[in-house]
Amino acid sequence: MTTTTPVMAPVPPGDRETGRPRRRAARARRRLSSPAASTIAVVIAVLWTVPTFGLLITSLRPELDIRRSGWWTFFTDPEFTLDNYNQVLYGGGTDFSTLFVNSLVITLPSVVIPITLALLAAYAFAWIKFRGRNVLFVAVFALQVVPIQVTLIPLLTLYVDGGLAGSFWTIWLSHSIFALPLAIFLLHNFMKDIPASLVEAARMDGAGHVRVFFQVLLPLLTPAIAAFGVFQFLWVWNDLLVALTFAGGAPDVVPLTVRLAEMVGTRGSDWYLLAAGAFVAMVVPLVVFLALQRYFVRGLLAGSVKG
Amino acid sequence: MQWFLEANSVGHKIALMVFAILLFAVVMGGILLAVDRPKRVPTWVVVAGFLGPTLALLLLGLVYPALETVRGSFYDRRGEEFIGFDNYVTVFTEDGFQTVLRNTVLWVVLVPVITTALGLVYAYLVDRTRFESLAKALVFLPMAISMVGAGVIWRFVYEFRPDQPGVNQIGLLNQALVLFGIEPQQFLIDAPSNTFYLIVVMIWIQAGFAMTVLSAAIKAIPDDVVEAARLDGVSGVQMFRYVTVPSIRPALVVVLTTVAIVTLKVFDIVRTMTGGNFATSVVANEFYTQAFRQFNFGLGAALAVLLFILVIPIIAYNVRQLRLSEEIR
Repeated sequence: MTTTTPVMAPVPPGDRETGRPRRRAARARRRLSSPAASTIAVVIAVLWTVPTFGLLITSLRPELDIRRSGWWTFFTDPEFTLDNYNQVLYGGGTDFSTLFVNSLVITLPSVVIPITLALLAAYAFAWIKFRGRNVLFVAVFALQVVPIQVTLIPLLTLYVDGGLAGSFWTIWLSHSIFALPLAIFLLHNFMKDIPASLVEAARMDGAGHVRVFFQVLLPLLTPAIAAFGVFQFLWVWNDLLVALTFAGGAPDVVPLTVRLAEMVGTRGSDWYLLAAGAFVAMVVPLVVFLALQRYFVRGLLAGSVKG
Repeated sequence: MQWFLEANSVGHKIALMVFAILLFAVVMGGILLAVDRPKRVPTWVVVAGFLGPTLALLLLGLVYPALETVRGSFYDRRGEEFIGFDNYVTVFTEDGFQTVLRNTVLWVVLVPVITTALGLVYAYLVDRTRFESLAKALVFLPMAISMVGAGVIWRFVYEFRPDQPGVNQIGLLNQALVLFGIEPQQFLIDAPSNTFYLIVVMIWIQAGFAMTVLSAAIKAIPDDVVEAARLDGVSGVQMFRYVTVPSIRPALVVVLTTVAIVTLKVFDIVRTMTGGNFATSVVANEFYTQAFRQFNFGLGAALAVLLFILVIPIIAYNVRQLRLSEEIR
């Protein structure tokens, strides 16, 4: 849709004029990082960090302290415990360790399946010539517009009729289907960037489309796959709506997000549980995100965001 | 059969997951092998192998359900009796839904505008400074947190304790109020301001996205343009106003419309923080409540269709703006 990062060749500075522009550039830069500008930047950075930090501290304080005083008193009166995590992970009423497994079991197939399908579809749209190709591609592209809410009631009916209701299959299928339009669009963009001569040369050598796909294109597409993979992983792990709709009543299937949201309703003032629970739910996406941030940003810039 | 549907131990669940992935791999592998015979295969067979499973899933899981929902929106709560536009009339006339619509408008206007403005200013301020990557990472991090997690984080910021001697505030915001001698507030309960406190959470999540895209756009502004402006003696604020903002206009439109669409469908934040009570509900949350809590399928379907219809003008605007900017180039 948009390429927000056209590559610009840096302009080498001319020898004769280095003196004046440099000085001006330096002055401009100083002005940009003026005290007012720095203050605004620091205020924003602090506002964006403190809420999470406060809950993290809370998750490590004893239950009684959390009830009696704010988390900021931790710095004057540090009391540290892992009891909250123990309670939320293995406690009878919460059992987040099981939900953690559910989240993992939900997420992996919901990332692998749509990426594979989308890669094949994107290949067909990019490199196989057939009648109606453009019309079909535009149709798939346009499906990105459909809000998933529009599909939920009939899909649930289909799953109930098919005897799948309340199993992992409903969630795997739903996430895979919902991911396809955006995945095909993004991967198609990346695939089009590969030089046609590469594909044509392989075809001339007598390789069929399946061989070209696996031997020529797949190795070149690793960064694109990583980009969409991170994206889809975060999306599925953090999803509430799909899991709530299709597994809301099945305790063996529900992921962390669903139970956490439920706990806010039923145990809304038990902050020792909510804080620790929130961080159990957050730790995997945070690690994935920090480790693969580069790819995530690339994916973001290559298209736009699914919603 | 039971084994495939009900997994209740950790080992069983993981086995089922591996089975699902393997099943998928075997089916797809079989299809690809079938179309990759050494003999000449007609193109349509190859295309069917590459595209067939995807198109089948899209038809079954997106196209058919969407059409079915549109149909259902004209039927009563059990989907049995045709009632014309009654569901839509309810959505647009009943008092409760007036609040829902008003809230949705507030979200869709405020979140994109404030998010984009904040993201732009922040991206501009930290651009080419020494701590740029750290500064960006801090604002970007909420993107990795689920909206449910963000809801929990911010509920704690807004936490209220009655204003009595011996009771300490444990929510950061109320503690700040108390420090300034103001009475603590029930931020999430007092309407209509509570909607604004929920909107803050969405801005907090989305600002990282706006910042990232806009920062990339700022870096893509040609050096000679910036240099020329500097030679003309343009100040920092003027540079921002007359060089930076016009140069990244297409990126601004993309960010505004993308955030608007995500915001229109916001559900998790409202569900987690207030459950849609205290006059904070929005269309996407009301859809869930009507369809899956009240079991009024007709009304739920009408709300879903309304979401769909509201997305269309935003996309149309986006496409138009992109066309315009391409023409200029």
